[in-house]
Amino acid sequence: MSLLHIQNLSVSFGAFRAVNHVSFDVNRGEILGIVGESGSGKSVTMLALMGLIDAPGVVSADALGFDGQDLLHASNAQKRKIIGRDVAMIFQDALSSLNPAYTVGAQLMETLKLHLKLSGAAAKKRALDLLDMVEIPDARARLAAYPHQLSGGMSQRVMIAMAIACNPKLLIADEPTTALDVTVQAQIMALLVNLQKQNDMGLILITHDLAVIAEVAHRVAVMYAGEVVETSPVPDIFNTPRHPYTQALLTSIPEHSKGAARLATLPGVVPGQYDRPRGCLLSPRCPYVQPRCVDEHPDLYTTPGGTARCFFALDDGGRPSHG
Amino acid sequence: MAESAKPVPADLLPAYPSPLREFWLSFRVNRGATVALFYFILLVVAALFAPLIAPHLPAEQFRDALLAPPAWSEGGSWQFILGTDEVGRDILSRLLHGARLSLMIGSVSVLLSLIPGVALGLVAAFYPGAVGTAIMRVMDIMLALPSLLLAIAIVAVLGPGLGNTVLAIAIVGLPSYVRLARGSAMTELHRDYVVASRLAGASQLRLMFNTVLPNCMAPLIVQATLGFSSAILDAAALGFLGLGAPPPLPEWGTMLATARDYIQSAWWVVTMPGLAILITVLALNLMGDGLRDALDPKLKKG
Amino acid sequence: MFTFILRRLAVVIPTFLGITLLAFALIHMIPGDPVLIMVGERKLDPEFYKAAMARLGLDQPLYLQYWHYLTGMLHGDLGQSIVTQEPVMSEFLKLFPATLELSICAMLFATVFGLAAGIVAATRRGTVLDHTVMGAALTGYSMPIFWWGLILIIFFSVNLGWTPVSGRIDLQYDIAPRTGLMLIDTLLSGEEGAFKSAVMHLILPSIVLGTIPLAVIARMTRSSMLEVLREDYIRTARAKGLSRTRVVLVHALRNALMPVVTVIGLQVGTLLAGAVLTETIFSWPGIGKWLIDSISRRDYPVVQGGILLVATLIIVVNLLVDVLYGVINPRIRHAR
Repeated sequence: MSLLHIQNLSVSFGAFRAVNHVSFDVNRGEILGIVGESGSGKSVTMLALMGLIDAPGVVSADALGFDGQDLLHASNAQKRKIIGRDVAMIFQDALSSLNPAYTVGAQLMETLKLHLKLSGAAAKKRALDLLDMVEIPDARARLAAYPHQLSGGMSQRVMIAMAIACNPKLLIADEPTTALDVTVQAQIMALLVNLQKQNDMGLILITHDLAVIAEVAHRVAVMYAGEVVETSPVPDIFNTPRHPYTQALLTSIPEHSKGAARLATLPGVVPGQYDRPRGCLLSPRCPYVQPRCVDEHPDLYTTPGGTARCFFALDDGGRPSHG
Repeated sequence: MAESAKPVPADLLPAYPSPLREFWLSFRVNRGATVALFYFILLVVAALFAPLIAPHLPAEQFRDALLAPPAWSEGGSWQFILGTDEVGRDILSRLLHGARLSLMIGSVSVLLSLIPGVALGLVAAFYPGAVGTAIMRVMDIMLALPSLLLAIAIVAVLGPGLGNTVLAIAIVGLPSYVRLARGSAMTELHRDYVVASRLAGASQLRLMFNTVLPNCMAPLIVQATLGFSSAILDAAALGFLGLGAPPPLPEWGTMLATARDYIQSAWWVVTMPGLAILITVLALNLMGDGLRDALDPKLKKG
Repeated sequence: MFTFILRRLAVVIPTFLGITLLAFALIHMIPGDPVLIMVGERKLDPEFYKAAMARLGLDQPLYLQYWHYLTGMLHGDLGQSIVTQEPVMSEFLKLFPATLELSICAMLFATVFGLAAGIVAATRRGTVLDHTVMGAALTGYSMPIFWWGLILIIFFSVNLGWTPVSGRIDLQYDIAPRTGLMLIDTLLSGEEGAFKSAVMHLILPSIVLGTIPLAVIARMTRSSMLEVLREDYIRTARAKGLSRTRVVLVHALRNALMPVVTVIGLQVGTLLAGAVLTETIFSWPGIGKWLIDSISRRDYPVVQGGILLVATLIIVVNLLVDVLYGVINPRIRHAR
């Protein structure tokens, strides 16, 4: 049984569906990469999972299971016992994600007090251990530091320490390195993967850096305009992408190297609130578009390695199957 | 939109959408402010035509109708819609004439502090050296005392009375205009159009009043509206303390000072003038909020 | 922290000197001769006049007069009342506790309800509750408090008979002033019912004096809260699994408080100005009523000294607020 099971999760803000029927699973010890352009609904999906979507946003799902528990029908109080302890999340901008009014130590120990009922010396000891774990030098002094006294990389380490404080079973990292210097990015990523292995956590890694995915992820889900358009094991997705969008993502990155995904090979932009097409959401931009794609919305179909939301999923040679 | 020619006087460019219309469209969005504006217009009209509208003379004493209750309560008559006071004067008529006083105090004191305040503020911005520092220091000192206390101190020296009330309130309001004018002029001074104008050989005076000032107007207009409301409030407070407009002038605060003795017996004598003050001040504050949102979105948070 | 306080002091001292100059000028701007004013309508013989001028130091050049005034003031000598012949300073110290007690109660009332109203409005943004609270706040902000006091007296004292109309305590109690704060003195006196009487006397004046600060605090708290609630660290706090209440009260409020504390500090001026009106309405024997009475008695030394003391008080409180601001905001404390 999978650690996290999401089935048909949707998030809408008024008439706008930011996330539409997203389903995926994460297993214990697995690293799932989620890629997509900004505005594709990656972060909103995760915030919905964490219960962080506020009115007027509305979250719905057919099933939302975590480690044998039903998150969908859990009360807020029940959910809060899981959120922060078994499921933890770190964010893109670590510096602004730490409360400027409290010391690093106070913010770390808050989680420990809440979920592990540690207090006083025990909490402090655990906090020091955590700072050591995320390789922060001079941990004792850092406990008394305020966030504005830390660098970006250091703040992200603190965020990670806070997230793994209660040995979570699932860690969600939402573009954890985007705001950091290139050299620091690699260190933080190495740290995350290391911790994931040590603790046998599930890790959801949201990024638009395909190089990172290639390096660390086991499986990947590609999102486009609020939908999952392809899921696939990692080596396969780079060799045989099944969805035209995935293919475009890959070719837009020279030699699969680092750099933000700018889709030079696809004209146009992700459809916004009012211009979502009736059929396949990619149809206005797809190089292989067929009449059926314009009229009908495709489901997720099984492909040799995973799934793809395309009537004419690409074959091993990267050509559409209608030809 | 943005380049709808801010610095150019509107009458030279009749083809552009009138700035007034543009302003009205954004002001109208705020319902509270719109209602407040209509109340205020009504008040101005009522004040202007008070002698025609008011059923009685403000000082006319009806000896046979002392402390007559308002028309709708028991024992009231439609002759005195809001009742009469302790010497038989019609409260509605006094309120209508009092509106003239309040609006006069408000507008004159705002003008008296706005004009020198803006001038001082511009001078402080253009000469940030010794002159500017001196001006701002004096303003800091004036701001160390709350406006009502400073006004009381000034009236204590000058002696009570309507004219001194206006003067005191004008002096008290000065620092906020100086600070505001200096602040916005300082930011405008670094803009390219000012530099260009300076290079073109515009005189210092021309730069101050023709180039920079028109672009600092938005916050000043908002401040003037709020200044108007606090002027009315402070004038009423001075009147209430016996330091403002002397009786028998129908100033709203002064009316309350004498009404205090009747809180046990005649609630309307107390209630009516206070309501007039409250509603008018509230309307001006609502208008101030609306103006701020409509004139300058940058100021919204302030 | 220490240098931070020193920096503040450097700004405050010139302002304070300016205030003394203003207060000094005040008495010299009064039209007419101070001695003549003191003597009033009585006939005056030249010898007495000369003696009075010398006694008051008015025969000396202005700058010397100011110097004597300043040095005297630093020794706590602010002249004496023409009416009571008592030193201004000792009158002030005698009456100040009454104003202090009233101001503290008003500020407590304003802070507690203002913060609560602002927090509720911010967390229920856009609802009917939010609009109602903010409408009430703007009304409170526009309130002529001298009228508000009378209306509350009509309602609670005259109609309902719940609260007394004036003074600090019922006449039947004779409380020896120890701290000058009636709430504490009545407790110390051990007289039965005295404390309750003091509390009842404080309720209406505190509400009246606290109304405008309450409105200002509520408006400021709301807008500051709304800003803070959008911050990333609020999302972090919620992702920790903290309860909604803890997120709002611990993580958001602490940061939202910084501008609110400044505003609370600025209310001290409003409070003292309001005290003049409130004390007049409720016959509260504090410095506000003292100032107004002195003006109507033309007791100019008291007016001069009183205004100077009030201004000093405001400056000192604002200085304290600045320091407090540094304590809750680590970024300011560490700056430079």
